[in-house]
Amino acid sequence: MSATLLALRGVETCYGNIIALRGVDIDVNEGEIVALIGANGAGKSTLMMTISGDPRARRGSITFAGRDITKTPTHEIARLGIAQSPEGRRIFARMSVLENLQMGAAVCGSGHFVEDVERMFAIFPRLKERAQQRGGTLSGGEQQMLAIARALMSRPRLLMLDEPSLGLAPLIVKLIFDVIADLNKTQGLTVFLVEQNAHHALRLAHRAYVLVNGAVAMQGAGRELLERPEIRAAYLEGGQ
Amino acid sequence: MDLRQETGGGLWEALRDAGAAALVTAGLSFPILALRTVENLDNKLELEQRWPLMFGAAMLVFFGRLAARVPGAGVAARWIVFVCAAFAAIYLVIDAWGMDADFPAPELVALAVALAAMVGLWLTAPFAATSALARKQQGARAFLGARSRHMEFAGVFALFAFPLLALWLLGPQGSLKWINNYGVQILIYVMLGWGLNIVVGLAGLLDLGYVAFYAVGAYTYALLSTVFGLSFWICLPLAGLFAAFWGVLLGIPVLRLRGDYLAIVTLGFGEIIRVVLINWTDLTNGYAGISSIPRITFFGIPFIDDDETGFAARFGLEFSPIHRTIFLFYLILCLALLTNAATLRLRRLPIGRAWEALREDEIACRSLGVDTVSTKLTAFALGAMFAGFAGAFFAVRQNFVSPESFTFGESATILAIVVLGGMGSQLGVAAAAVALIGGMEILRELDILKQVFGESFDPAQYRMLVFGLAMVVMMIWKPRGVVSSRAPSIYLRSRAAISGEHVGEGRG
Repeated sequence: MSATLLALRGVETCYGNIIALRGVDIDVNEGEIVALIGANGAGKSTLMMTISGDPRARRGSITFAGRDITKTPTHEIARLGIAQSPEGRRIFARMSVLENLQMGAAVCGSGHFVEDVERMFAIFPRLKERAQQRGGTLSGGEQQMLAIARALMSRPRLLMLDEPSLGLAPLIVKLIFDVIADLNKTQGLTVFLVEQNAHHALRLAHRAYVLVNGAVAMQGAGRELLERPEIRAAYLEGGQ
Repeated sequence: MDLRQETGGGLWEALRDAGAAALVTAGLSFPILALRTVENLDNKLELEQRWPLMFGAAMLVFFGRLAARVPGAGVAARWIVFVCAAFAAIYLVIDAWGMDADFPAPELVALAVALAAMVGLWLTAPFAATSALARKQQGARAFLGARSRHMEFAGVFALFAFPLLALWLLGPQGSLKWINNYGVQILIYVMLGWGLNIVVGLAGLLDLGYVAFYAVGAYTYALLSTVFGLSFWICLPLAGLFAAFWGVLLGIPVLRLRGDYLAIVTLGFGEIIRVVLINWTDLTNGYAGISSIPRITFFGIPFIDDDETGFAARFGLEFSPIHRTIFLFYLILCLALLTNAATLRLRRLPIGRAWEALREDEIACRSLGVDTVSTKLTAFALGAMFAGFAGAFFAVRQNFVSPESFTFGESATILAIVVLGGMGSQLGVAAAAVALIGGMEILRELDILKQVFGESFDPAQYRMLVFGLAMVVMMIWKPRGVVSSRAPSIYLRSRAAISGEHVGEGRG
C-alpha cells in the first residue's frame, strides 16, 4: 500500500472523568477503505469526532498527510481535506438538498460547484429527483445519501463515514456500500468507516480495526477478520 | 423568471394587444366613467359627460398592457414604464377635468383606476407574457416567482405613495396620526424585526438583549450631535458602526453558548447597557436622558417656519410640521428597505447560507469546515449594526433619549415580532410588526372599550395581555409563525439552468 494518510498514535480522549479512548493507534493509507467496528459505547464515534477535533485528544497525536492536526481547529481540519458524514447524518433539515450540497462545498469555493453537483446526481440519482425538497422531508436512506454527497462536495482526500447503515433497509445499505466501494475503486478515494454492521463493513474494507472499551483489540484485513471465530461470535452471529 | 424568451411575437403584436385591451376598457368604462347623472338645482337629473376620465382609463390600460407585453424588458423596466404612464394618465385626467367642485376628487377615481389596473397587471402579466406551451414547461414555480416580483414592486410603490396619499386625502392635520403613529412607528419595528431576524431567524442565536444595540445607536447620535455638533448623516453610519462593535464585543464571550444559556447572557447584556446608561450620569445624564437633540434636516435644509432658509420656503410650500414627519417616514422606509435588501442578498451568499446551516446544526457545520466563530460574530455584528441605524433614527425622531426607552419590554416586543412572523421570513416579520405595533396603536384609540369597562379603563394597559393571547393562539395554529415557508436560495430547473444561474448571479 501507499503512503499513510491518517495516523493516530496513542490517542486518549476523555469526557470529564470518563476515559473514552485509551491510547488508540490507527493508520489509514492512501487509497484504502479502513473500517472500525465495535459494540455500542466502544468509542467508535468518539474516535471519529476526535479526528475532527471535537472533542480534542488529551494525549497522543493525530497526523494527516504528514501534518500534526491534534490541536488544529475543527473547521480548519475540514479544510485540509477531511470530510465527515457524521453519525445521525445531521443534514440541514430546513434547507433544500441543493443548499445542503452548497454547504458541503463551503470549504473549496464555488469554482466547480455545478460540475460537482452533476457528479453527485450521477452517483445518487435519487438526490436529483429531490433536489428542491427540504432535507428534513427526505427518507432516511436519501438523507444518508445526501450526507455522503455533502461530504464529497468538498473533494476530500479522506472521507469519514460514521454509521452510514444506521436505521436503513438492507437494500439501501447495499446501495450505499456499493457506492463507497465504487468511489474507492474508480477515484481512489480513501475512506475511513465506522460501523456497527460488521458484516457489511468487513466485506467492504481492505483493513479493519476492532475497538473494545476504547482500545484497539484486534486488527487485520477485512476478510480475514470476518473469518475469525471471536469476531463472528461477538459481532456477526447475533446481528445476522 | 425570464419573461424575455417567453414573450411571443414582437412589438407590433404587443401594440395590437394593448390597443384591444384599451378598446375593451373604453367600452366598459363608457357607461361607468364617461357618463354620470347629477341633480341640478331644480332637482332634475342631468347627464354629465366625463370623457377625459374614460380616455385616461383606456390610456392606463393601454400602457399597462404594453408594459407587460413589450418584448425584451425586465420586470423593473416594465414597472417604470407603467408607473410613468399611470402618472401621465392621471395628470391628463386632472388637467382636462379641472377642479370640479361638484366632484371632489377626480384624482381619487383616477388613482383607484390606476391601482386596479396595477393589480390586474400583476395578476395577468405572467399569463400574458408566457405562451401556453412555455407556461407548461416553466411550471407553477416560475409563475409564482414572477407574480411575487410584481407584488414586491407594487408593495414598495404603495409604501412610497402612502404618506402622500394620506396627506392628500386627510390634509396635514388628519394625516399626521397615520404617517407618524402608524407609518413611522411600525416601520421602526419592521426594521428592528428585520435586523433581529438576521441573528435569531437566520443564524438561530436567541438574543434577548437586542434593544441594547438600539440604545447604543440612539445614544451615539444623541451624544455626538449634542456634544460635537455632528450632523445626522455623519452619525448614522457611526451609530451602526458602534453598535456593530458592541455586537462583536458581546459576541466574543458568548460564542461557546447555545440556546438557553446564550439567551440568558444576552438578556444580561441588555440590562447592563441600560443600567450603565442610568448610572453613568456624567456622560448620559442618567434617568433624565439627553434632550434637545438636533432635529432631522432635509440634507442640511431645516424643517422650520422661516421665509429664507426653511424647507417649506425653499421649495415654495406652505410651512407645515408634517413635512418633517413625511421626511422621517421616507428615511425609515429607506433604512428598513436597506436592511431587507442586505438580508435578502446575504442569504444567497455563502455567509448567509452558513448562518442558516448554523441554525440547523452546528456540529455538521463545523465538520464541513464552516468557521462557526466568525459566522456567529458576523451575524451578531450585522444584526447590531441595523439596530444601531434604527437607534440613530429613533433619537433624531424623538429628539430626546432616556434609558426608559430601552427596557427588556422592547427586546421582548422585537423578538415577539420575529417569532410571530416566522423566523427567517422577511415578509412574515413585516406582517407581524404591522399587526403588533399597529394593533397596539389601534388599541390605544378604542374609546368604545371605555364605555364598556368604565372611564378609568385604559386599553393600552392590556396590550401585553392581547400580546400573550395572540402568541398562544399563534403557537397553537401556526407554531412556525405567520410565514413559515422558506424559499430556497438556489433552484434547479434543468441542467443548463443551474449553470446559468450560478455563473450569472454568482450564487454558487
